[in-house]
Amino acid sequence: MFDILIPALLGGIGLAFITGPLGCFVVWRRMSYFGDTLSHSALMGVALGLMLEVNVSLAITAGCVLMGLTLALMQRQKHIATDTLLGILAHSSLSLGLVALSFMRDQQVDLMSYLFGDLLALNYQDVIWIFAGAVAAIIMLKLLWRSLLMMTLNEDLAAVEGYNVLRTQLLLMLMMSLVIALAMKVVGVLLVTSLLIIPAAAARPFSDTPEKMAALAIASGVFAVVAGLSLSWWWDTPAGPSVVVAAFVLFLSSMGAHRLRHA
Amino acid sequence: MNAPPLIRLQDVTVEIQGRTLIENVTFDINPGEIITVIGPNGAGKSTLAKALLGIQTLSRGEVLRRPGLKIGYMPQRFHIDASLPLTVKRFLQLAHNPQRWREALQRVEMEHVAKQPMHTLSGGELQRVLLARALQRAPDLLVLDEPAQGVDVTGQAELYRLIRSLRDELHCGALLVSHDLHLVMASTDQVLCLNRHICCAGHPEKVSNEPAFINLFGTQAARSLAVYHHHHDHHHHADGTVAAGSECSHGGHHV
Repeated sequence: MFDILIPALLGGIGLAFITGPLGCFVVWRRMSYFGDTLSHSALMGVALGLMLEVNVSLAITAGCVLMGLTLALMQRQKHIATDTLLGILAHSSLSLGLVALSFMRDQQVDLMSYLFGDLLALNYQDVIWIFAGAVAAIIMLKLLWRSLLMMTLNEDLAAVEGYNVLRTQLLLMLMMSLVIALAMKVVGVLLVTSLLIIPAAAARPFSDTPEKMAALAIASGVFAVVAGLSLSWWWDTPAGPSVVVAAFVLFLSSMGAHRLRHA
Repeated sequence: MNAPPLIRLQDVTVEIQGRTLIENVTFDINPGEIITVIGPNGAGKSTLAKALLGIQTLSRGEVLRRPGLKIGYMPQRFHIDASLPLTVKRFLQLAHNPQRWREALQRVEMEHVAKQPMHTLSGGELQRVLLARALQRAPDLLVLDEPAQGVDVTGQAELYRLIRSLRDELHCGALLVSHDLHLVMASTDQVLCLNRHICCAGHPEKVSNEPAFINLFGTQAARSLAVYHHHHDHHHHADGTVAAGSECSHGGHHV
């Protein structure tokens, strides 16, 4: 049983180390819908990867980056508001992915595992990928931290103070694409954003600095993974959704505790 | 002692996707000089400020800065999401010269908010904190985009007084952007009236008599501008109308 449980635990915990701090920026910059759109396009990446017979994680990352760039370009037109645009692209890319996958009947495609993740199917190779991705993302975040904070505060002010706003924006998008590709196996296309925003939101009431919020978001994410996996193990519930449910319960408790403390 | 200008804009034109935002704008800002850019919404005021700051690509013309020029900038529409936990102190420490945050905050009389989260500040407090941040760089030039937004009427008068005294103290130049003709005018040396191109420019009193100005803002606004400048130290009634026999009305200036 440990052969299944240990990679799942390690992978989930490794992932929480990136989704915590990155999720804070998603919350601060109000990008959760953007995250949804990126992750829905991941299914197109899966189809593309299988079709071209390349590494699926790589194809997902490429697909997300492509979607991010498309979005950035399309935001420049003024006929349709950004939220409408995000909605169109999110659902269209999800549907395109589903349609494309349906053509590959000869291949064994476990659609459910792509949509909702299959944490218990992680192997040690996946874990290594997640850890490598986590280390890369944390180094990048550390280097970009100040620049990201300034850009979140005010882009014009950041530009005047000499920060390269465009580069930071692109790198943030790249990091999000990478995380989505890694998180796919854990919680799936439909639930990826929740792993970014719920731990960060749960951390907010107990944080007075951005760094503390990022650290608490990591802790919340780790808790959600451990609690969700336990739930899944003892009651045989689906692992990905169980992790999200655990995060949600933590979020509710955090809000409740905050209310009580300030009542 | 004719010092070179801090910054010179020469025939600056900005076009985006075939639309002309500003056209052939030429002017200088000298040390110790306050210039206020006024104009209706969509006149290109913020574009002009961004061109001057060097964060807006020019289609034609050029912006010449004095070598080593330090600009303190106060952006328009500054909003911090409540989900971002950030105190005023930390906000200032993210700027250039982080060690000077206390000094800057003292200068705008806002030390008492140092430990407060940014998103809980009132409109007036936020504008002063932003001004403190601009001061932290020890700027040669202040660029303040709508400094009085979200500030109540008494607060506005105090804010402009503060900006003037900072100018005297630092001997820096200042470019103010405003769509509000009220108190700005009494505290400025030069008015630049912008409607994509510069319609008229000069001393507030002179500008208020220009046909181009009257055309853009209406007779009443022009008259009140002149009145404001004549009665620097007039008294206000509690309701904000001017006491000393002026016929200016405070409503309806906004274009």
